[in-house]
Amino acid sequence: MSSTTAERAAAPDTAPPSEPSYLTAENTVASWLLTKDHKRIALLFFVSITFFFFVGGAAATLMRLNLATPEGLLQPSVYNRMFTMHGIIMVWFFLIPSIPTTFGNFFVPLMIGARDLAFPRVNLGSWYVFNLSGAVVLYSLIMGGADTGWTFYTPLSTSYANGYVFAAAMAVFINGFSTIMTSLNFIVTIHRMRAPGMTWMRLPLFIWATYAVSVVMLTATPVLAMDTFLLAVERFIGVGVFDPNLGGDPILWQHMFWFYSHPAVYIMILPAMGVASEIIPCYARRPIFGYAGMTVALMAIAILSFFVWAHHMFVAGISIYAGVVFSLLTFFVAVPSAIKVFNWTVSLHKGRISFDAPMLYALGFVLLFTIGGITGLMLATLGVDVDVHDTYFVIAHFHYIMVGATVSAFFGALHYWWPKMTGRLYPEMWARFAAILTYVGFNLTFFPQFILGYLGMPRRWYTYPAEWQSWNLLSSAGASILAVAYVLPLLYLGWSLFWGRKAGANPWRATGLEWSTPSPPPTHNFERTPVVTAIPYCYDPEHDSFVTQEGARYAG
Amino acid sequence: MPDSVALRPEIQYANLEQQGDTAQLGMWVFLVNETLFFGALIFIYFMYRMTYPHEFAEAAQDAVLWCGTVNLVLLLTSSLTMVLAINSAAQGERRQMIRWLIATAALGIAFLLVKGYEYHLDFQSKVVPVVNFETKAGEGRARQLFWVFYWVGTGLHAIHLIIGVGLVLYMLLWRIRQGKITAVYYAPLEVVGIYWSFVDVVWLFLYPSIYLVGRS
Repeated sequence: MSSTTAERAAAPDTAPPSEPSYLTAENTVASWLLTKDHKRIALLFFVSITFFFFVGGAAATLMRLNLATPEGLLQPSVYNRMFTMHGIIMVWFFLIPSIPTTFGNFFVPLMIGARDLAFPRVNLGSWYVFNLSGAVVLYSLIMGGADTGWTFYTPLSTSYANGYVFAAAMAVFINGFSTIMTSLNFIVTIHRMRAPGMTWMRLPLFIWATYAVSVVMLTATPVLAMDTFLLAVERFIGVGVFDPNLGGDPILWQHMFWFYSHPAVYIMILPAMGVASEIIPCYARRPIFGYAGMTVALMAIAILSFFVWAHHMFVAGISIYAGVVFSLLTFFVAVPSAIKVFNWTVSLHKGRISFDAPMLYALGFVLLFTIGGITGLMLATLGVDVDVHDTYFVIAHFHYIMVGATVSAFFGALHYWWPKMTGRLYPEMWARFAAILTYVGFNLTFFPQFILGYLGMPRRWYTYPAEWQSWNLLSSAGASILAVAYVLPLLYLGWSLFWGRKAGANPWRATGLEWSTPSPPPTHNFERTPVVTAIPYCYDPEHDSFVTQEGARYAG
Repeated sequence: MPDSVALRPEIQYANLEQQGDTAQLGMWVFLVNETLFFGALIFIYFMYRMTYPHEFAEAAQDAVLWCGTVNLVLLLTSSLTMVLAINSAAQGERRQMIRWLIATAALGIAFLLVKGYEYHLDFQSKVVPVVNFETKAGEGRARQLFWVFYWVGTGLHAIHLIIGVGLVLYMLLWRIRQGKITAVYYAPLEVVGIYWSFVDVVWLFLYPSIYLVGRS
């Protein structure tokens, strides 16, 4: 028995597909830039968000270099701009679009058995709008950046702003249109384009997660759009919507901002949950535990996410009663989240587990999400929050969720679906090494920040007392390991594009419809419309057999 | 000029019926998003109105009531003609449909003309914040807030209406001329109709908020 799943799988069938793959169907530059194929658009998005990931990462590198010593490296004003641009770029230009625009775009039609998304032109338009907003944020960055923090709190972002706050806010405003176009497309596609037999309770959980996140995107983003629009009106024209001198209320900005931005945190984590729910059953060779509970939990998180925003504002002068209510509501979100962690864990029980790279990433996701979630509960507690508010404890908490969990899941999805997207297998041992390195590097970077936060180090400060240097140095050292772990896949995945082994249609012996079509898929996905007869994740660990969603049984 | 051409669904759809259904759902989903967009503005408006009831009632005295009311009538009528156009399309009465659509676009343009004239009056009575605004003696600074919402709200609504008129003209001058709107497949027209009615509904909320405050 060989060590990796790919080697155990049957040799790829050599019969040539009747249609050319989506990658080779047309080769001109125009055929890529004007494509309506959801798979090509997914790759276009992949290129854009990877670029912004490294721009945001460069800002983070400068921050960690600066914090390695108490004396620092950057001017305080430069440091302010670096953490602001790091936040803005990472949140809106990498994390929010990351999994939906790439793997969602690529696999929603494939997993539900459709030939494309409902509105292919809207999909392409979304990419262009995204790049337009990206150009605006790069303009803001190159001209000197904003220094308000990614939250644009008024009046810091209006009356007292230096730098290119207006450009940065407009970039976020334009970016919202891209988000809305993509989410609208997913909702309509999942409602109307499912293959025969693909009922709601037979949908893979990644589709459920994409649906849940699309609902949140669609309903939260317009509020931010109005919010940033009013901010721009105030900053550009000089009327006072949030300016107390003109009768406005600066706290209103915080309410409106978090009404979007708390759901935005769930926009980042929900697709990652979907990815984990695909990977874990496949590599444990066991059906997902509690499928119905998983779907309910996803939708519950999506809905509850709209009722917790003021827990960001416990020290902003909201009433104590509002604080108590929002603290309680925040605890409610922990219930569906805990259901999910429990179900992923039980899904391993009596499984035939193989620790391939996607599985390592998925298990890393579950562990980091659990740590991030539990520290989230600590922060939801009123008394604790007042103590550690605006310290590195908060930074560490949300990085465990947004970077630890979401980026792990992003890389897990990238490895899991790489053979389908490119037709090539990645080098397994390198990938496992990168997965473990990610986990080690991440914990080294961010666990010290929990301790620093508890000791009282405030966030967004460019300097600190000398006795905190060892923790900060540890964090910076971990960041350098994390950087290697993030660059590594770029190298060996790029290598595999040319020299990797050819993948068959279903290298991981998985059950979803996306694996029933050749790798890489032909332009219109399926030679014939698939007919679904089975629930997803019909794996049998005892006999090492599985049943695809089309009802075909494969023995071990 | 063909009356109708044989239509085929786009590649991702099984048939025209699925394509039409999907297009309509797409518009409804988009309007959920639009509702929250305008909802956020109207929410802020009411929050400030509750904070500054006197200032807002006083500021609203300067809003040109007759313009808003005429516009309410124009826009409600245009929704009726829009629905009649869709009805004619469903019955295959092409000439009727074109006539009702022209009426719809004309009513929309009339709304915009009245609005433009009202903006002119507003400028003369010096209620344009920053550009031409006169703070009257004894009034709070919050009076200007009312006018910020007036301009943002009616401005965004006007942009939506201009897009709506553009869509109706696109239907008239392109889709219908090419014969792509038939009794079998008129979903694009229905999509435009749904959007048109939404723009109408937004005015139903803006009108009392702006013009009827403190006039009882």
